[in-house]
Amino acid sequence: MTHAAATHHTSMGLDSRKMAFWAFIGSECLLFSSLISTYLVYKGRSVVGPSPHEILNIPFTSVSTFDLLMSSLMMVLALAAVQRGDMKWGKIWLFATALLGLVFLGGQVIEFTEFVHKGLTLQTNLFGCTFFVLTGTHGAHVTVGVLWLLTLWVRALQGKLGPGQALTVEITGLYWHFVDVVWIVIFTVVYLIQ
Amino acid sequence: MKRWITTTDHKRIGLLYFWTAFCFFLVGGLEALLIRLQLAQPNGHLVSAETYNQLFTMHGTTMVFLALMPLSASFFNYIVPLQIGARDVAFPRLNAFSYWVFLLGGLLLNASWLVGPLFHAPHWNVAPNGGWFGYANLTERQFSPGPNIDFWLLGLQILGISSLAAGFNFIVTILNMRAPGMKMLRVPAFSWMTLVTQFLVITAFPVITVGLVFLMFDRFFGTHFYVATAGATPLLWQHLFWLFGHPEVYILILPAMGIVSEVLPTFARKPLFGYTVVVFSGVLIGFMGWGVWSHHMFAVGLGPIADSVFAGTTMLIAVPTGVKIFNWIATLWGGDIRGSTALHFAVGFIAMFIIGGLSGVTHASPPADLQQTDTYYVVAHIHYVLFGGTVLGLFAGIYYWWPKMTGRLLSEPLGKWHFWLTFLGMNLAFFPMHLIGLLGMPRRIYTYTPELGVSALNLVSTVGAFLIAVAILVFLVNVLRTRTHGRPAPNDPWGGATLEWSIPSPPPVYNFSVIPTVASRLPRWKTERHEPMRDPPAVPPAPIHVPPGSWWPLIAALGLPVLALAPLTHTLWLAFLGAAILLVGIYRWAFEPFEV
Repeated sequence: MTHAAATHHTSMGLDSRKMAFWAFIGSECLLFSSLISTYLVYKGRSVVGPSPHEILNIPFTSVSTFDLLMSSLMMVLALAAVQRGDMKWGKIWLFATALLGLVFLGGQVIEFTEFVHKGLTLQTNLFGCTFFVLTGTHGAHVTVGVLWLLTLWVRALQGKLGPGQALTVEITGLYWHFVDVVWIVIFTVVYLIQ
Repeated sequence: MKRWITTTDHKRIGLLYFWTAFCFFLVGGLEALLIRLQLAQPNGHLVSAETYNQLFTMHGTTMVFLALMPLSASFFNYIVPLQIGARDVAFPRLNAFSYWVFLLGGLLLNASWLVGPLFHAPHWNVAPNGGWFGYANLTERQFSPGPNIDFWLLGLQILGISSLAAGFNFIVTILNMRAPGMKMLRVPAFSWMTLVTQFLVITAFPVITVGLVFLMFDRFFGTHFYVATAGATPLLWQHLFWLFGHPEVYILILPAMGIVSEVLPTFARKPLFGYTVVVFSGVLIGFMGWGVWSHHMFAVGLGPIADSVFAGTTMLIAVPTGVKIFNWIATLWGGDIRGSTALHFAVGFIAMFIIGGLSGVTHASPPADLQQTDTYYVVAHIHYVLFGGTVLGLFAGIYYWWPKMTGRLLSEPLGKWHFWLTFLGMNLAFFPMHLIGLLGMPRRIYTYTPELGVSALNLVSTVGAFLIAVAILVFLVNVLRTRTHGRPAPNDPWGGATLEWSIPSPPPVYNFSVIPTVASRLPRWKTERHEPMRDPPAVPPAPIHVPPGSWWPLIAALGLPVLALAPLTHTLWLAFLGAAILLVGIYRWAFEPFEV
């Protein structure tokens, strides 16, 4: 997270790290669309149960989804605070974003455990394979995001993160919002449209 | 030594890519020679059927992922920053990371030749044996129980990370690091084709990654992504693989097209004919490359509608390719042609690629394709495209840029020998395969009977393969001789139009003593409206900051093969160790002081 790239002349007027990150997000879109397409292709093809409507708990996951959406709001507030140099609130919002991310992950752990108790594992049927690999990949992305946010938070506590590093926070935000948007798609496709 | 291991200089990384990839190219070539020896006569018994499967799988995998892609990458690294007037790539340490990941992934894949006893196999070689396309459900644990496919799917995932990291890096480099005045339509054709290639890389590799992750889960964690009895369809693999696989074909050929678009104008002393059209044809190929994948699957029986659509798109994609070919020919037309070795290879590329392209169009028709699928006809086609096209194009680039990269000119007489032996050898090796295939010899079968009537043609093909080997030896002699006896190269031995020729050969570590300002697409040539640019001064007028090296890209990269060893050896602590190494590498990398 050096700031060197920002000081250089760029042909497009966009910071190189940010541009690279947009390219990365483009690439991630293909990753998730491959996973989501597979889920859709295999929908209803399982030869044994349980099937989605016996397993999925829409109210519970709606709360998780709301939690993740709120974390995006915290992220926006964190960036705004860092940009205006208000590191006190910057620290608070960064930690709040990470915390809501952790709550989402906790929800996923509870959800997965419950599904296993109800008889749906990774090996049970095609629904289990596609569901766990898709949502697990998303969960792994959230985990990376939480580690990243906590790193920024610690840096802020150490006084090493200030308005000069706003771009770093902005890029973290790009990642976090992307992961959030992907969840909205997954929630819609997997949970709401059964 | 330390300076090479910790280097973040794009030129050194380019050379590392070159020599590593060239070694893998020789390994892949040896595998090809063994295949051809086995097929030289009917009922051959040089190798067993099992070893033969490993040979053709590793030949294809090595040539695609460890030889041709990284040889192109060596030119991306060395030449692109020079062509666009930059001091390095956008992310020098990420660039080093890409290289180390590539090297380690390649070593992991090839380690499978030697480690059989560790996996209680009866032989040394437990190399991947499911074809370079690794069709599920053949590659499922049930049908391929050994570690062979594990090496393949783990190796490819590691190599994918290398390609993706390089993809982001070069997209940003080309878009964002251009010298002042170099608008997008002043970017040299090679750098343009690099850009298109990298967009294909970052969009195609996630798809194969997902396919490989499914396969990994099926093999290690008992999922059913490709298990027909669980209701899954093995077609899922074919779609994911070819959705990646066809853009991959353009990832392999577009860089060579870019090289040829640089070599022809220089040696015809004429600007590239229809530069803008050549560039946009490349972009169009990139887009259309995403709409043709199912022509690899006509034999599946996808139905008349899907077959017709993919037949149509496949024929259409020949149009921008054909446009490029006419532009190259028109570039030569009426030019002041100097018959250098580089030009020989570039013109050879055009001729051979036309043959490969035409046989490609014959596969576009589903009824014809049904006769050709899984026969040597397809082997002939891909070798005209990837050897006649990509390899000849890469050699054109090698002879063209060697003086820039090493400071010495390769011998032209030996180069001509190299070219003509290659040209003769490849046509002897690959042309008969058209006939062998149409006469009914299937590919990927370790032997054939004399009754098939293809014995003589196969012998000719084997002789051709060995001629290619002789040609490669001539090239190696040329390289060794040049190290000591080669003529020192001036800044610009060829009279090139682009920026890399305005600086010393090899360039100083900072590339440009002063970043040039570009006023025309051919900055070093006199055109109707522009005088040639003045080359940067030999001595920098002000001190130039050069970034230091870094250990952390290498250390982060080391985490990946350790991670891969965990499933391979069923050892959980290796997974934690690998993740820890990766994490430490990334954190130290992120927080070390590093000014570019």
